[in-house]
Amino acid sequence: MSHSLATAPALAPRVRRRSVPFTWAVPFRRVVSPLVLLLVWQAVSSAGLLSPRTLASPLQIVAAGWDLALSGDLALNVAVSLARVAAGLVIGVTIGGALAILAGLSRVGEDIIDAPMQMLRTLPFLALVPLFILWLGIGETPKIALVALGAAFPIYLNLFSGIRGVDPKLVEMGRTFGLDRAGLIRHVILPGALPAALTGLRFSLGVAWLSLVVAEQINAHSGIGYMINDARDFLRTDIIMVGLVLYALLGLAVDTIVRVFERRLLAWRPSLVRA
Amino acid sequence: MTGTTRVRQLTRQFAADRPPVLDRLDLDIAPGEFVALLGASGSGKTTLLRTLAGLDPAPAGTVEIPQPASVVFQQPLLLPWKSVWQNVALGQHGADSRPRAEAALREVGLAHRLDAWPGTLSGGEAQRAALARALVREPALLLLDEPFAALDALTRLRMHELIIDLWSRHRPATLLVTHDVDEAVALADRLLVLEHGRITLDLPNPQPRPRDRAHPGFAALRERLLNQLGVHQHAA
Repeated sequence: MSHSLATAPALAPRVRRRSVPFTWAVPFRRVVSPLVLLLVWQAVSSAGLLSPRTLASPLQIVAAGWDLALSGDLALNVAVSLARVAAGLVIGVTIGGALAILAGLSRVGEDIIDAPMQMLRTLPFLALVPLFILWLGIGETPKIALVALGAAFPIYLNLFSGIRGVDPKLVEMGRTFGLDRAGLIRHVILPGALPAALTGLRFSLGVAWLSLVVAEQINAHSGIGYMINDARDFLRTDIIMVGLVLYALLGLAVDTIVRVFERRLLAWRPSLVRA
Repeated sequence: MTGTTRVRQLTRQFAADRPPVLDRLDLDIAPGEFVALLGASGSGKTTLLRTLAGLDPAPAGTVEIPQPASVVFQQPLLLPWKSVWQNVALGQHGADSRPRAEAALREVGLAHRLDAWPGTLSGGEAQRAALARALVREPALLLLDEPFAALDALTRLRMHELIIDLWSRHRPATLLVTHDVDEAVALADRLLVLEHGRITLDLPNPQPRPRDRAHPGFAALRERLLNQLGVHQHAA
């Protein structure tokens, strides 16, 4: 039984996982292989088979992270990167969400907004970096703009299809019970589109981090990307690795926050209700 | 007269080259009257109910509906993101909307599920919540669009008892659209058959309540309706 759990696909319903009695064997086994990899990596480095110029050892990475934390550089750079992502996300999600609502709720809005959005979304937006530099210079603006642009599309696409996917019978029901257009939007259409919107938000977050990595390669003077670029010039693979680990941890943390939101906002979903 | 549902010369045609779905239809429903409308699929009964519910326009003919009118649909159509009582209070305003929703839910026997999510209700419970949502606005006209069709046989019988109980207490004019002849005879005081967009049979149902499905009068009415609907039964 526990064997089937360990190999269960990531998308298996949570309900089933919970019904199995908890044992420490499963988490233990899942931790073993990454630990072994780390030990092998450390051993190869300590034996001198892996030069720190190619890749620092795990212990060196931890030490570099500790030094950066003590000097305050770490907190500063993380704060700068977080601020860029936050600003870009707020702008991008607001614009993408607003456009999706306009396009989703009216045919005219759809005709005006959806076609250009669908065309733009096929463009790899990171290819716009040179134009952004020409238009916006090399300060904070192009970095935040790039994050905003990247984040706008996933929320737009998901929220738009979520609004259009609301059961028309529910809308009809709302009409017979005296809801006007504003009431329908508030009680029926937007709550019905919320699951799709949250999925879009999670995609937006992922794209935002990706955009940040690219944006911070543009002549940055602070931020995790700057830290990585700076370390590259001094062949400090340990610091580069600290930067990569930070990107991963921050992405994970933000995703966890959205999941918590999802559980609260979508508490009505039958799969969550039963869990 | 106020409170009377009056339909005159109602015609609906979806395509010019096809016969009209409703063809110069006349119908009166008196206040407090329980009417069942039977018809084969495609006979126009859903279109008539949608017109009475205000969901479809009435381009030709006059339709007078007492207000408020409420509908119970074939599916419960509860909003899954609102608790049961909030669903019942949907579109209701004022400080007393919650106590009134709770009272309606108590009446349909759902007092214990007030704060439940609709996703956790059984089919019968969900349909009872939909009934409470229709009753809470104290309708002058209650439109029932095959509300029991999706329920299992036992639940359906319990729902029949409940609907008669509620109807005799609140006395809304009621139009039950159904394709179940037994259900129509068990519940309604007047039985209509709709064919090709017109009412072709309009029978009173004098059976006393509570109704005994084994009563010979019941069987006779049933036979008559089935014949009108083109279903010929072999004698047992």
